[in-house]
Formats: sequence, C-alpha cells, structure tokens
Amino acid sequence: MDNTSKFIEIHNAEMVFNTKKGNFHALREINLNVKKGEFVTLIGHSGCGKSTLLNLIAGLLTASDGTLLCANREIAGPSPERAVVFQNHSLLPWLTCYENVYLAVERVFGAVESRAKLKERTRATLALVGLTHAEQKRPHEISGGMKQRVGIARALSMEPKVLLMDEPFGALDALTRAHLQDELLKIVAKTGSTVVMVTHDVDEAVLLSDRIVMMTNGPAATIGDVVHVRLERPRDRVALAHDPLYIEYRSSVLEFLYHRQAHPAVMKEAA
Amino acid sequence: MSAVLDKVLNTPVEPVSESPPKKMDTKKTLAAPASASNTRGSKLSLKPFFLAVLPPILGLALLVLVWQIVAAKSSGIPSPMVTFQEAVKLFSDPFYQKGPNDQGIGWNLWSSLKRVAMGFGMAAAVGIPLGFMIGRFKFLAAMFNPIVSLLKPVSPLAWLPIGLLVFKAANPAAIWAIFICSIWPMIINTAVGVQRVPQDYMNVAKVLNLSEWKILTKILFPSVLPYMLTGVRLAIGTAWLVIVAAEMLTGGVGIGFWVWDEWNNLNVPHIIIAIVVIGVVGLLLEQALVAIAKAFTYEDVRN
Repeated sequence: MDNTSKFIEIHNAEMVFNTKKGNFHALREINLNVKKGEFVTLIGHSGCGKSTLLNLIAGLLTASDGTLLCANREIAGPSPERAVVFQNHSLLPWLTCYENVYLAVERVFGAVESRAKLKERTRATLALVGLTHAEQKRPHEISGGMKQRVGIARALSMEPKVLLMDEPFGALDALTRAHLQDELLKIVAKTGSTVVMVTHDVDEAVLLSDRIVMMTNGPAATIGDVVHVRLERPRDRVALAHDPLYIEYRSSVLEFLYHRQAHPAVMKEAA
Repeated sequence: MSAVLDKVLNTPVEPVSESPPKKMDTKKTLAAPASASNTRGSKLSLKPFFLAVLPPILGLALLVLVWQIVAAKSSGIPSPMVTFQEAVKLFSDPFYQKGPNDQGIGWNLWSSLKRVAMGFGMAAAVGIPLGFMIGRFKFLAAMFNPIVSLLKPVSPLAWLPIGLLVFKAANPAAIWAIFICSIWPMIINTAVGVQRVPQDYMNVAKVLNLSEWKILTKILFPSVLPYMLTGVRLAIGTAWLVIVAAEMLTGGVGIGFWVWDEWNNLNVPHIIIAIVVIGVVGLLLEQALVAIAKAFTYEDVRN
C-alpha cells in the first residue's frame, strides 16, 4: 500500500495541441498527486484546460511532455480502470439503460465471470444509483438526471480504480443537480472510490471535495492554487450553508476565480 | 408568410403517406379534438380531420380538372373518364399472358420490380460495406473519392451499352443499370454516416476498451443505420426512375417497355395509366423505406 499517498501522479505535464492555426499551448507544468480514496475537483473558467487535464488522466489524450502515472503504471491510453462519466452522459441511444451498463460490465468481467454474475453486477449497480425501475427504458425515455445516473452506474459497474467525471451535472437543473450530488456523496462513501471531477460550480466543489484544484486561465494554464477542504463527512448541504469553515472555503475559491483569475472576457473589458 | 406557405405545402403530404406517418396523423387528430372538446364542445371535433384530408383531395381534384380542360382542347389526350374506364378494364385482368410481348400490367410491374430488387440488392451488398470502409479509413476515402465524384454524375443509361456488351442480354443489362445508379447514394451516405459517428460514442468505446467487433455491432452499425437508410431510400428512388427508361431501351417485359409498346400502339389512356401506376409504386417503395428508417432511428440520433 505504498501508493496510497500518490495513487495518481502527474509530473510536469505539458499539453500542446497542433491546430491549423499553429500550436496551442493548453497546459503547462501540471504537477498533481491524488491519494487513494480522495475526491479531487478541478475548477477554473471555461477554456482553462480542466477538461484537457481530465482527458489526459483518462488517456483519451496523450501529454506532449511529462509523466502521468496511475497506481505506479504509466497512463498509455484509455482503460476501464479509469472510468469516465461524460458531461453529456454519452449513453448509446439504441441500448436500454440495462444494456448500456451491461456493455461495460461484460467488457471488464466477461472473461472471468458467469453470465448470471454479470447480470447481477449490472442490476446491483443500477440499484445503487436508484434506477432499478428504469432498467428496460432507452435513454430518450428518461430525464436528464436519470441519464446522468446511468452514466455514473456504467462507470461504477467497472469497479474502476479512479472515477473521472467531466462536469457530470453541468447540464442539469439546480434541484436535480443537488439531488445527484447528495447521491454521489453517498455512493462514494460506500464504494470508497478515488474521484477526479471537473466542475465550474463553486458550491459543488466545496461540498464534494477533499481538495479543490484551481486552475489559472489559459492559454498555458496551470494549477494556480489548491484548497484543502477539511469538512467532516458525511456532509449535509443545509447544515453546511451556515458553517463558517464552509463559507471560508467557498469565499477563498471565489476570491481565486473572480479576483486573482478574473474571466478573460472580463479582464479585456476592464482594460 | 413563409410559415403559412410551409403549412399549406406540407399538410397535404401527410395523409398521402403510408402507415407510420398515418399513425402520427391519427395521434394528432385524436389529441387535438380531445383538447378542443374541453373548451369548445364536441361540435368541432371533425375539424382537424377535414383539415388533414381536404387539402390533398382538393389538390388531386385540381389536377383532374386541368387534365379535363387539356383533354377537351386537344384531340390526342383522353379525358379522365375515358382513362378511368380503360383502367378498370385493364385492372380487371392484370395477369393475362398472350405471348412475350402482350402480358397483363401486373406481369409488367412484377418484372420491373424484380429487376430493381436484383440490381438494388447487389448495389447494397457492394455499396454498404464499401461505404463503411471508406468512412472508417482515410486512405480508402482518398482513393475512392475521385472515382465516385467522376462516375456519380453519369446517367446510368450511359452504362447500358456496357452492360449489353458484357452480359450479351437485355435483362442483365437493365439490372446492371439499376446497380450502377443505386450504388452511389449507398456508398456516399454510408461513408458520411461512419464519419459522423459522434466522438462521444467513440470515446465510450475507448474508455470501455471495446473490441473491434463490439464497436462495429454496438456503436458503428446502429449509429450509421439512419444514414444508410437515407442512402437506400435515395437509391430506390433513382432505381425506380431509371428502370422505366432502361426498359424502354432494352424491351422485353416491364413497365417501361409497356409504356413504349402502348405508344407504338397509340394507346394514350394506357400510357397515362402507366404514369399513375409508376407514381404510386414509387411512392409505396419510398414510404416503405421511410417506415423502416423511422423504426431504426433513435431520438438522440435524429436531433
């Protein structure tokens, strides 16, 4: 268990995109370690490269320079051990919720487990996100919040070492979002998953995270500051609303985002 | 203004179409009166039905009226009534056989449909896999694009002599012309479909680390299907256009040949009947494929 303190290790990662207009330096000198079982959120203004960083950890993109390790092994490409929950859920519309999850389960456990066991796993994960009643529905027949839950179920069903979430609740209304955040907290408490999540919602970041990684504005964005959120778990959003510590964390993130790293468009207006 | 025009132009199309749109129509007509009856009473419940049925009937009536006027002014064109009587006679015995050049309209239609089915089927068997490969591999796309662009605008009838030369018979030559005209839309649409598979789905495939076979069956094929069916629909439309012309040139039994034969007999009512029959069959083919396409298109893909 020597890797608990450095489960994901990122050393001097650089990301340069080759576009038609020449090179675009998206990320520079990213250094980040994530502990096992830790919940880390990446926050920053849009275009700061937080999704790019997540895709680097997922292996969907390859870093131009630097090293990325997960459980002491180099991240060479996407893998079910680093499951991704996509912003737009990315469920396959021609499959039912059950089949969407089963596809992932079959891929990861199909070689070693019986069909009955695979079915059981699929059902269990759908039950975990509270969707047993909708398993035979297709994605277009269920609400946005439910789709996102299926997306989370699909990721969790693979029993990933790391759960990567790219603004998973960004497209949802505030009430559904709050509800899903609470559920995510419960699920993570139950499964002890390591989570890296991209968000642009300050409250979401403070409520969910152990650490909030705040990114500077791009181009050549990097990690500007890190806030350690030392709030007791389980966390209750209503009680936290008056918690002085919560308010302090919240304002330090806001201060970073709106004073130290004001949105590029706003900066231009001021100048 | 344009919205009003759209409505006028679009509504008549719906009732003419076959089963699936009809299903939607009944839904509409059922839903609308339900809400209307709540507020205005059941007196108006037939209104949406008339709005759906009346315009197309008026349109057809206008066509017949124009035809009647033209027929009255010119001696060569038979009146709608005469044509109708001829049609009744013709359809009372559609499957007679009096030698190779004198067969019922049913047999003629059947032979044409058989040719279309064969040429079309072969085009699908070649065109769809080819389209998949062109869509998936950039190298193949670069290789085949110039060929497709060069040959696509050529009238399929220009290929007829090549068919006659190679197959030395009229029937396979006509099938060859159908093959050539239906293959392009299938190749192009399938390839476009493969190229437009949403990156999100491919990312899912990557994260799940799916095998090539799973990617093909669970992601590529279902998401390309609507594009493919569009290609198939375009292809069947052109195939049905081309078969008439091809049969006029090759002879034998077939609706195109029948038109030409009746022209030689100066039997104009039969020519007009053939035009209507060709139109109806084309419409049915098209609508059948629209129905299939609808059944296989999912909400998320449609948008």
